[in-house]
Parts: sequence; C-alpha cells; structure tokens
Amino acid sequence: MRYWLAAGLALLAGFGPGTGPAAAQSSTLDAVKARGQLQCGVNTGLAGFSAPGEGGIWKGLDVDICRGVSAAIFKSADKVKYVPLTAKERFTALQSGEIDVLSRNTTWTMSRDTSAGLNFAGINYYDGQGFMVKKSLDVVSAKELSGASICVQTGTTTELNLADYFRSNKIEYNPVVFEKLPEVLAAYNSGRCDAFTTDVSQLYSIRLTLGNPKEHIVLPEIISKEPLGPAVRQGDPQWANIVRWVLFAMINAEELEITQGNVEEMKNSKNPEVRRLLGVEGEFGAGIGLDNDWAYQIIKLVGNYGESFDRNVGAGSALGIARGQNALWKNGGLQYAPPIR
Amino acid sequence: MTGASKPQFARRRPRSLSDYFYDPKTRGVVLQILVALLLVYFISEIVSNTIRNLEEQGIASGFGFLDRTAGFDISQSLIPYANTMTYARAFLVGLLNTLLVAVLGIILATLIGFVIGVARLSKNWLIATLAGVYIETLRNIPPLLMLFAVYFGVLKNLPAPRKSLELPFSSFLNVRGLYVPAPQWEAGMSVVLAAIAAAILGIVFLNWRARRIRIQTGALKPVVLPSLLLLIGLPSAAFLATGMPVTFDVPELGRFNLKGGMVVLPEFIALVAGLTLYTAAFIAEIVRSGILSVPKGQSEAAAALGLKESHAMRLVIIPQALRVIIPPLTNQYLNLTKNSSLAVAIGYPDLVSVFAGTVLNQTNQAVEVILITMGVYLTISLLTSVLMNWFNARMALVER
Repeated sequence: MRYWLAAGLALLAGFGPGTGPAAAQSSTLDAVKARGQLQCGVNTGLAGFSAPGEGGIWKGLDVDICRGVSAAIFKSADKVKYVPLTAKERFTALQSGEIDVLSRNTTWTMSRDTSAGLNFAGINYYDGQGFMVKKSLDVVSAKELSGASICVQTGTTTELNLADYFRSNKIEYNPVVFEKLPEVLAAYNSGRCDAFTTDVSQLYSIRLTLGNPKEHIVLPEIISKEPLGPAVRQGDPQWANIVRWVLFAMINAEELEITQGNVEEMKNSKNPEVRRLLGVEGEFGAGIGLDNDWAYQIIKLVGNYGESFDRNVGAGSALGIARGQNALWKNGGLQYAPPIR
Repeated sequence: MTGASKPQFARRRPRSLSDYFYDPKTRGVVLQILVALLLVYFISEIVSNTIRNLEEQGIASGFGFLDRTAGFDISQSLIPYANTMTYARAFLVGLLNTLLVAVLGIILATLIGFVIGVARLSKNWLIATLAGVYIETLRNIPPLLMLFAVYFGVLKNLPAPRKSLELPFSSFLNVRGLYVPAPQWEAGMSVVLAAIAAAILGIVFLNWRARRIRIQTGALKPVVLPSLLLLIGLPSAAFLATGMPVTFDVPELGRFNLKGGMVVLPEFIALVAGLTLYTAAFIAEIVRSGILSVPKGQSEAAAALGLKESHAMRLVIIPQALRVIIPPLTNQYLNLTKNSSLAVAIGYPDLVSVFAGTVLNQTNQAVEVILITMGVYLTISLLTSVLMNWFNARMALVER
C-alpha cells in the first residue's frame, strides 16, 4: 500500500505545471542535427514533384527542396526521411512535429499561413487550377461544363475554387469528392465524372499515367492562383529562414548561372555576388546557423532551380512542362529571389 | 453526574490518527478520492496543455468557425443546401446523409440477414449450401474492399449518360446514377397525408380492439385484411377526391447528364449495397444461432399442443430465439453505422467526408472537428444501444 501512495505522489509531482510542452520549444535545427536526418513530408506519388523512382529513391521538384535542406545542413543530400502524406494528413503531420518540412505541392493561402500554425517559406512552383476532360466529349472550354459531374480530391484548395468558379459563372455542376487520388482517377476513367479538376501541373503529371494520354485534354481555363511552396511550423524563425534561403539560393544560383557542373570553377569567380553565394566572401551561413558553404553544398549536390525544374518537370522530363510563369524574372517569369548580401 | 446514568458500554479510547490510517474503510475512501482527483487533474492537464500548445503554434481554436460560410458544394443533400450557407449547415447535411445510410442499411441488412439465416437452416441442400457460401465469403472480406468491389464493379458496367438504360416509369439508369421522376406535390396533398395518418390511427385502433376481444372472449377477429384495406383505400380515395394533386418532373437527356427528376447517386447505392451485404452475412449467422438455441422440445411441445407450424414458429420459436439474437444484433447495427464512415473512400458525402474531410481542411481546426465527429458517432451508437436494450428488455423471457 505504501508503494502505491508513493507512486501516486511521484505521479503528482511529475505533473507539475509547465513540464508538458517544454520539449516543443527547442530549435528545429538542433533537433534535426541531433537526429542526423531531416524528416520531409512529400506527396504519396506525383510524378515530377515527389514520387519514388527506381530503387525507391525519391525524385521531384518538391523532393529537391528536402535534398537542398539536407545538403545545407549535413553536406549530403540523402540524409532525408521522406514521409508520404495525403492532402488531408499533411498539416496535422507538420503541426504535430512528425515532419520538419512540408514540401508537398501545397498552396500558400492566407488561412494556412496565419491560423493553421504554418509558415510558408517561399514559392517553388507557380500553378493554377484547371480541368482535364476526355477528348471524345468535344468540350473546348470550362464554361461548357454546365451540368457536368466533376471529380475532386478532398483536403485541397480545389473544392473551394471549383465552387467559386461555377458560382461566379452561374453554371450548375455536381461534385464527386474522394479522399485518395487512385479512387478519383478510377471514377474519372469509368466515366462517373466528365471532368477531373486539380492544379494544372498535376493534371499533366496524371495524364501521363492514364492509359492513352492523347485521349485527354487539359482545358485552357485557369480558375485560380496556386502558389505552391514548402511550409514549416510557426514559432521557429531560424528554421523558416533556412528553408526559405535554401530555395532562394537555388533560384539565385540559376540567375548567376552557377550549375552543378561549374560550381567548383565558379568559386574562383570575380563576381562578388557569386562569391557571397558560394561562401567565399562574407559570413552568411552564420545568420542561419549553418556553415559558410551551405549554398555551395546545395548547388553541388542538388543543382540550381533551373536544373531541378528541367530534370523533374521541364523539357528534360517526361512531363515536358514549359517554364512559363516559373521562368526567372529576367526571362519573363515570376521566379525572383532576394539577393544574398 | 448522578449515579443512575451508568454508561451501558465501556467508554471507547478516542481514535487516534493512526487508527484511521489502518482502518480499511477510511483508507478505501481516501484512496478513491485521491484517484478521482488524479483523474480530474490528468484530464484538465490534457485539455489545458492542448489549448496552450495550439496557442503557441498559432493554430486557431474555438467553435466560431461553424457560423462561417462553407463555400463548397455537396453532391447529395436531404435538406436545402447551397455553398453560401454555413459550416454548421454542411455538418447537418453530412450527418443526415450518414443517418440515411445507417437507417436504410440496418433495415435492409436485417431483412436479408433473416432470410439468409433461415435459408441456411433449410432442409433443401442447394438453398442451405448457397446461403453458407454467401455467409462464408462475405463475412471474410474487409468492408472497404467490399465497397470498392461494389462501387467500381457496378460503375464499370453501367452505360454513359447518352446511352442510358431506359426503365419503366420514365426512369433511366447510367453511370451517374438512377434517375427517377421527382413527384411535385400540389395543394391537395395535405388531405392525402391526413388520410394516411387517419388510416394508421385506424389500424392501431383495430389491433387494440381485436386484442381486447381475444383476451375477453377468445374469439379471433380478422386484423390483417381490414388493416390493408384501410391503408390503401383511405389515401387512394383522398387522392382521387382531391383530383390527383401530384405531377412528375421527368428526367430528360441534357448535354452531359440527364436533367430534372431525382437522382439516386451510384455512391449511395454502392455504399448501402456494400454495407448491407456485408452486415447481412453476420446477421444471418446470428439468426441461425438464435434459432438453433431453442431446444427441439419446444417445437415438439408446440406441435403436441396442436399449433400449426407457422404458428409454432411465430409464437414459440421466434420469441425465444430473439432473446439470443438481439444483443449481438445490436453490435452489428453499431458496426454498420460506424462502417458507414468508409463512405469517404467512394465519394459519398457522409459526415466524415463532408465534415471531418472538407470542413477540417478548410478551417484547419482538427481538434474541434474531430471532437464533434467523435461525439456524433458516440451519440448515434449510444442511442442505438439504448433503443435495442429497451427492445431486448421487452423481449426477455418473463419468469414467473
């Protein structure tokens, strides 16, 4: 009996005020370093953005953000544990600390950035929502979809955009909402829906996986702005800075024409901007708690933004998406990174 | 002090603290209070910890989101719903969709389950074996697979809207669902509804009178035939008298879909069919075990009393079998209700899909949304249990 009393008292003492959440306060960078691994939330499988390739190696534009962060911290791009997440699970995974970075074609919206406990670190792909229909339907514009059934995946910004678009155009439609992509596609394939709607980049990626891609067309209407980017938990500005500047370093590297191939030579460049980015001059690594060659490691191990885009979703890939809005600002696109100085 | 008031018992030594400590009763009470306090503390700590962490991480909390505009559409709604209405309304739509599936599923599963359960005991080898195969196959397939099989199996075989199957009464069947004419009630319909209500009251009265006469005199009065006449005759008479106050909105082929009429979604059909077939297999086994639990002597005794076989089944066997059947049947009803949350996988807008899916995603208030959803399922399950327990108590053998 005395042991019981003692145990009860010990339990009581253990529950003293303020002991609970203290662990959550420590810095994410320290936690990642101590673990020796970055935990990165990615898509369960979206060719070009994040999908396991041969031998289970993850590849894609979003995966390259994880690899970039890993390169900056560990000087190795492979110290990443990829956590595949559905659209519905992703924010909870980040909020609960199961992952350190969410790099899963996630749209930056105000409510997510403010009241969901997330911070977006930047935009690695400018996207918009569109529709895919079967060619045999003879539809050339989304405005012709009156009375159509439209398949949607839940857990995304898609449902709301869809409702907004049809409401403002006063068109009737029937949504069919599924939780997982395979079921959405099965329903679309079986003719349950006339159209399938999601971000255009995804439509192109998914079209490749359908039996005969030529039987499907993506309609020209873009009904929303979908700036996709990596997100981190609120409350750790240093960690948000690391992820943000990994992305900026990749974009700046493209602008300065530093590639995986020439990064060694570029270290001897006379251009002060290049020298600062590669850590030859200045102490910029210290500002984010990393070594001075952090950007050098990213470019050497992962490449610049243009290289990543090209090999994953651009001309060098099966998707063949044009740079369009994702070209550098000086080439008429939207990708623009603040300078390193 | 007068000598007369002698104390009857020796005065007890005043109890010291250590006496209380070694008194099992006091100790029990004290320990129970301690444990209760610990529990309360534990729970309050969890709650305050959650709130504190949500605040620290900058996640919105509270139930204010229920009044905000939902902004998304739902494919099936029993009550008027538009995307300009609130989250609370969307919640209600989802809840009603869940209840619809649960109630319909429970009724159908019970009917099919009873038929299959009795069929399994049939003396006909073919019927008994077929019932056995049905039970053993369906009982051993996970319900989610069952839903996929029904949904995609059925979808693949249905024609496109432009090649709809034409059914009688201007109904159409295609991959988008079953289109039936929608009745449009007109002014005189309230008279017909009143007639139906009157017919039901009449039947209740007939039954009550027949029962009283049977108990008092032993004479059997016909009940079934007059009841049926009343139920069909009265509303029909009212319907004709008011000049048939109903028109039908008939579905017609539009560009993508049929327009007009009412549509029964394929997701709904698949969900009800899948859950019904799955649960019916379990109910069949419960029914079989219930009937087998009644000793053979009971049916022999009924026969010896001169009861017909149908009477023996209805008056002797089934009431005793029900005592065994009802408790596990309740479990199956609860399972069916809870399994209906698998709807999210095949795109049926139930509570989990609408509320714990879309609403959760749009508001990002996982804690509140999941709490409400769990509360709803808990309430539905407890209500079902209460109802079934009441039914069980009524059916229990009254021992004298």
